[in-house]
Amino acid sequence: MSDTLVGFDEVLTRYEPVIGLETHVELGTASKMFCGCSTTFGAEPNTQTCPVCLGLPGSLPVANAAAIESTIRIGLALGCRIATWCRFSRKNYFYPDIPKGFQTTQYDEPLCTAGHLDVEVDGETYRVEIERVHLEEDTGKNLHVGGATGRIHGADHSLIDYNRAGIPLVEIVTRPIPGAGAKAPEVARAYVTELREILLALGVSEVRMEQGNLRSDVNTSLAPIGSLEWGTRTETKNVNSLRSVERAVRFEMRRQAAVLDAGERVLQETRHFHEDTGTTSPGRSKEEATDYRYFPEPDLVPVAPDEEWVAKLAAMLPELPAARRARLSEEWGISPTEMAWLVNAGAVELVSDTVAAGASPADARKWWLGELARRANDAGVDLAELAVTPAQVAELVGLVAAGTINDQLARQALDGVLAGEGDPAAIVESRGLAVMGESDELVGAVEAAIEGNPDVAEKVRGGKVQAIGALVGAVMKTTRGKADAATVKRMLEERLL
Amino acid sequence: MTTTPENEVRASTDVTSMTVTELQAALQDGATSAEITQAYLDRIAADDDVLGSYLHVDPAAAVERAAAIDAAGSAGSGLAGIPVALKDVIVTAGVPTTSGSKILEGWKPPYDATVAARLGAAGTVLLGKTNMDEFAMGSSTENSAYRITRNPWDPERIPGGSSGGSSAAVAGGLAPWAIGTDTGGSIRQPAALTGLVGHKPTYGSVSRFGLIAFSSSLDQAGPMARTVLDAALLHEAIGGHDPLDSTSIDAPVPVLAEAARRGAGGDLTGLKVGIVRELGGEGHTDGYEPGVLARVAEAVALLESMGAEVREVSCPAFDLALPAYYLIAPSEASSNLSRFDGVRYGLRVGDDGSRDLDEVMALTRERGFGAEVKRRIILGTYALSSGYYDAYYGQAQKVRTLISRDFSAAYDEVDVVVSPTTPTVAFPLGSRVDDPVAMYAADLCTLPASLAGVPAISVPCGLSDGLPVGFQIMAPALADDRCYRVAAALESAQDDARGSRFLDQLPHRDAQAAGGAA
Repeated sequence: MSDTLVGFDEVLTRYEPVIGLETHVELGTASKMFCGCSTTFGAEPNTQTCPVCLGLPGSLPVANAAAIESTIRIGLALGCRIATWCRFSRKNYFYPDIPKGFQTTQYDEPLCTAGHLDVEVDGETYRVEIERVHLEEDTGKNLHVGGATGRIHGADHSLIDYNRAGIPLVEIVTRPIPGAGAKAPEVARAYVTELREILLALGVSEVRMEQGNLRSDVNTSLAPIGSLEWGTRTETKNVNSLRSVERAVRFEMRRQAAVLDAGERVLQETRHFHEDTGTTSPGRSKEEATDYRYFPEPDLVPVAPDEEWVAKLAAMLPELPAARRARLSEEWGISPTEMAWLVNAGAVELVSDTVAAGASPADARKWWLGELARRANDAGVDLAELAVTPAQVAELVGLVAAGTINDQLARQALDGVLAGEGDPAAIVESRGLAVMGESDELVGAVEAAIEGNPDVAEKVRGGKVQAIGALVGAVMKTTRGKADAATVKRMLEERLL
Repeated sequence: MTTTPENEVRASTDVTSMTVTELQAALQDGATSAEITQAYLDRIAADDDVLGSYLHVDPAAAVERAAAIDAAGSAGSGLAGIPVALKDVIVTAGVPTTSGSKILEGWKPPYDATVAARLGAAGTVLLGKTNMDEFAMGSSTENSAYRITRNPWDPERIPGGSSGGSSAAVAGGLAPWAIGTDTGGSIRQPAALTGLVGHKPTYGSVSRFGLIAFSSSLDQAGPMARTVLDAALLHEAIGGHDPLDSTSIDAPVPVLAEAARRGAGGDLTGLKVGIVRELGGEGHTDGYEPGVLARVAEAVALLESMGAEVREVSCPAFDLALPAYYLIAPSEASSNLSRFDGVRYGLRVGDDGSRDLDEVMALTRERGFGAEVKRRIILGTYALSSGYYDAYYGQAQKVRTLISRDFSAAYDEVDVVVSPTTPTVAFPLGSRVDDPVAMYAADLCTLPASLAGVPAISVPCGLSDGLPVGFQIMAPALADDRCYRVAAALESAQDDARGSRFLDQLPHRDAQAAGGAA
């Protein structure tokens, strides 16, 4: 199966994309949505279950108040209206990973509605309207054994792990986002990135995408430029990394453009994203979609958040990422674009912590975006995963500022930190990295350089002062970088001028 | 608490004919729970092949449990040592629970329903699990996937349903009392047809945790007993708030036995009673047997003689209760029964490697569910379908609101409203199985209280053609005590007039008792 694709830039000469995102977030509550079972990730299959989350006959749900509170806080952070009264509903369908034969969710009465989230791409702000934020329960996890694809078709048998069944899940649905044009893939990514930052700031979820804490379904459609109607959309399921969000939109735009160019119809369908190839393939067709027969869940009482309580939650929201970035930009004296680099590098927290540990903002930024970014890139890990703490970076910066080491020695000290040898000061000591003072050794090295390079020395004496650099280099070489270049230069000048 | 038999009419000497208050006294006088339990087990062994009231009995476990209560010295204190039967819709840890369905054959639950746990904590002894219409869907217990249950008053007649196993066991001397569940009348109707007291509590006042759900917004567990006082004692033991049931009302356990004792004093001065015109009153007598209406009229006269003020009240929306109920209950059931898919427990059909998941689920449900259950699943699935929801489920919910308003308006004028419990006495086995609508009509009088969530009791009010007639007393939500008070007044006045307990009129009762006590 290979799709015909149109070049991305060419797509935009004829079509206007509209995107939309449905994002599922597993809340970090200690217990599940409707029972007391633990939500810890990675336990032995089916060990975190009870009659309620297994849907055993006779069992009844009791809503998790902490999950309701988290959902309301998410809604408040997104500027949503919070319902004064709403209900859970049953979404009925048969599948082994939903133990009750229905999923308890919210249908026409979501907890939060009508919010928005502003995201920035290349200095331009896009307002993403939030249609709803609602609360539901996660499903169990199927493991299809045998067969090539890990899909149910062709499998020898299937195993089900209900540890995940009943974990509270918040679904955040945007309204369609038109007008992003060529930036549509990046707007989609920026939205999920910003949403993730907010969820982290709220502390409601670990939002580890690789553990499935945050899963996005990406809707994409194309319409001919100037068309008054939007095109038919596809829904690409379970796009599980920020990069994939962008790639999925990009691929769907290119694929749909080819379909439309051929005079065919885009099918309204669910598609799967493939991380390895960056492509999508058709899943369940919406044309055979089940009727979910939603109705209000009679086993739960309506949720009626007290207005005063909601106001208190609003007042207690933490500083949100956008406001925090604006404040830090000002404090650090950097431009929004420079701040955007820090955000994209995932370095805002690291820089902030490094500043808090005593480094100047400029030094902290220089280290995290420079040397440390290079190391992370070489190692293929995120900045935050490097084995160096902001406090250690601040210590390095301090050692340089005090003249104890220079930049080159600091890089060697960093090698030691990353190798687990301890804190920078200790490594400077143990590796003997401290800058040489005006010791006999250095005097000897300086004099040796002058004696060994009489031509150069003569040029300097003759007024060609810039030639002194060659002598400095020679001294640095003999001292293996431990000398301070400025000191060496001064010592040479004292002897030659 | 010193317990004395409240009904002094004629204390029985056979433990299987005793009321629970008499059993408590016997235990305090030195009888053992093991003896009492064994007497019931003997009766079950002797009679239940014919009566068909139980689905599961474990005599050894029952005797062992009774002996443990005896050994602990707690028998006779409260309910300790008293045997009890549970309808098989109630989940019991380690004890087979089928809800009358083949689809749950062999399932042993890993947990106890709150009702079962509370009775266990009170020291009762589980005699067994009683037969019922499959998933509580029916009015005759003929929809059980396992067996027919007969009415002790006439073995060719039905014991009512869906709690027909419980009603037959208690009336027939095979259990001193039992728990039933009532969704549209499944406690009250079988109680009425077998001469028992049966009470459907205010919705939310008895935990539903561990009741295999039929219709979640209607299901309530409640007591079925030989006297009003016994029913009140059993209700008190299972009632009260349960954090495991979100719809459970956070209110103190109601004081009901005291209300029953007070009612038995026979003074109803100042009590205002409303007779519901739409339930057998003028212009609404179609389908009601004259004998039933006559007994109900006599009961009303008796209430009046005890000082009650009686008037007629009109509740026009009650006429719509039956169609509304048969949309709401099947709709919820269609969803509640979705979990029976053969994947995790119970029956699985066709999993031979040649069929895919959908086929195995379909075959399991095809084979595992009976005709009435399938009928209601299809009805409910249709009523909830997109495009039909508003016209059916939505409309039925509006009717439900209207019925509640009719009740509220009536309670503005009167303290309780009364009606026959059923339009007819127990009908012959097999006479309605092929006519679902005729079967559904058996719940005509009990449906309004179910839909409004208000408490309602059925208490015997005489015989028609030698078969029991039930009198229904309905009260406002959380005023269950009024039901018990008025029912006890009626029971006591009738017993006095008759000179015997109602169940003493049961044919061959003495012969049975003699056999059982031998």
